[in-house]
Amino acid sequence: MNPIPSVPAMSDAVFPLALALLFLCPLAIAGVALINAGLGRSRSAAQALLGNLAIVAVAAIVFALVGASFAGVLPGASASAGFSFHAAGKPWNWLGEGSFVLRGLASAAPQSQLALLFEFLAVAMAAMIPWGSGADRWRLAAGGASAAILAAFVFPLAAHWIWGGGWLAQLGVNFGLGAGFLDGGGAGTVHALGGLSALAVVWIAGPRKGKFPKEGLSTAMPGHNAAYVLFGCLLALVGWLAWNAAGAILWLHAPLAALPGTAISTLLSASAALAVTLAVTRFRFGKPDASLCANGWLAGLVASSACAALTTPVEAIFVGAVAGIVTPLMVELLELALSIDDPTGAITVHAAAGLWGLLAAGLFAPQPGQLIAQLAGIAALLGVVLPLVYLLFALLNRLVPFRVDPDGERIGMDLHELGGGAYPEFVIHSDESYR
Amino acid sequence: MKYAGLLVMPAGFLLAVAALVLFPDPARRAAFVICGLAVEGIGLAVAVRGHMLARGARRP
Repeated sequence: MNPIPSVPAMSDAVFPLALALLFLCPLAIAGVALINAGLGRSRSAAQALLGNLAIVAVAAIVFALVGASFAGVLPGASASAGFSFHAAGKPWNWLGEGSFVLRGLASAAPQSQLALLFEFLAVAMAAMIPWGSGADRWRLAAGGASAAILAAFVFPLAAHWIWGGGWLAQLGVNFGLGAGFLDGGGAGTVHALGGLSALAVVWIAGPRKGKFPKEGLSTAMPGHNAAYVLFGCLLALVGWLAWNAAGAILWLHAPLAALPGTAISTLLSASAALAVTLAVTRFRFGKPDASLCANGWLAGLVASSACAALTTPVEAIFVGAVAGIVTPLMVELLELALSIDDPTGAITVHAAAGLWGLLAAGLFAPQPGQLIAQLAGIAALLGVVLPLVYLLFALLNRLVPFRVDPDGERIGMDLHELGGGAYPEFVIHSDESYR
Repeated sequence: MKYAGLLVMPAGFLLAVAALVLFPDPARRAAFVICGLAVEGIGLAVAVRGHMLARGARRP
């Protein structure tokens, strides 16, 4: 399927389909939330799930008030509108310009309204990804404040560059680089952004107490509920099928006939990733590891976000297989070699797999120059988003400390922040890491 | 050290953007964009190293 550079008007038949697909997308958010909760500890489970809900709420409200304006899909803002400058004879559109508080939404074109709804779901997912990485020590208030920052400034910047007619989207028109930077399902805008934000959170909040003892290897802190994690994977699949199909319609202007292929590529990518992760963990540890397999499945879905609409089934299997090989090895590398405590593996699953998916889109897209456009987009995400988010989060950490106090971490986030646990009937086990 | 690494990363990004503007030839353009990504990789590695050193110093 070749993306069309110009934006065609949406037909009456496509609108209800795209809307129905967008209504299914929250299942992807629900799946990731369940995975985040399951990979954390039982004494923080309620806080983890409440945090996911709170972050979705904060991100949606802040994006409606401020972020949507900068993203440049607001009613009345044309695709090329926004703050721009001219350099080397080319326009560089770097920030959207629209009315605040969603003024004029009702009179906007149907396609703009759908694009806005897609971005609402995308900002919720992007803001939620770091929450899992800060599990068991990241305070609810700090999580909400970080979601506000992501929804107000960081996500709109990336969304405008990639989806809102910004300079990355215009690389094809201005520099003859394929169809410009392509990211139909949000592998960069949502997942790489969220994963890199997770890295910033982990750096600022530090590891869980007892995770890296002074001597010896890191302490294993397995997730408390593998059933949540694996059911979350199935739930995420439904959401992802809809998400990638909706993204293909809205951002790649795919015809209806291309949607089954997009869904099949999504499924194949996840399946290949799971199969390969299962084999790798079976080879490495003697038995398949459930949480790493879940991470592999999710990494396959994330990688497919960028390229499901562009790849053949065989290429989708290759994309998923690479994600499946990299995921368990990188999770291990981050924890054992680099002392990065990421309970949900979000840095690997969302950032690394998202960037790999963007690269794969460049490798398999038929247009000449597409690979350079994808590399330029990856350079923008890595070179701008990570330093910017780290700076903003480090400043925020001074106002709203990210890390809970030691006593709160000892008794668990549920009791400390909510006053009650997720499983009040069950006895909480003693924790050897605090001896 | 971590901040130095994080400062290097935007430099890599600017190198990649400069490659788009300065080199119409696809091969040179690709080479310099990859160089920009390599600089970002070096910046990330320095930041990770800085994080590990700071953690080692704080460890009781």
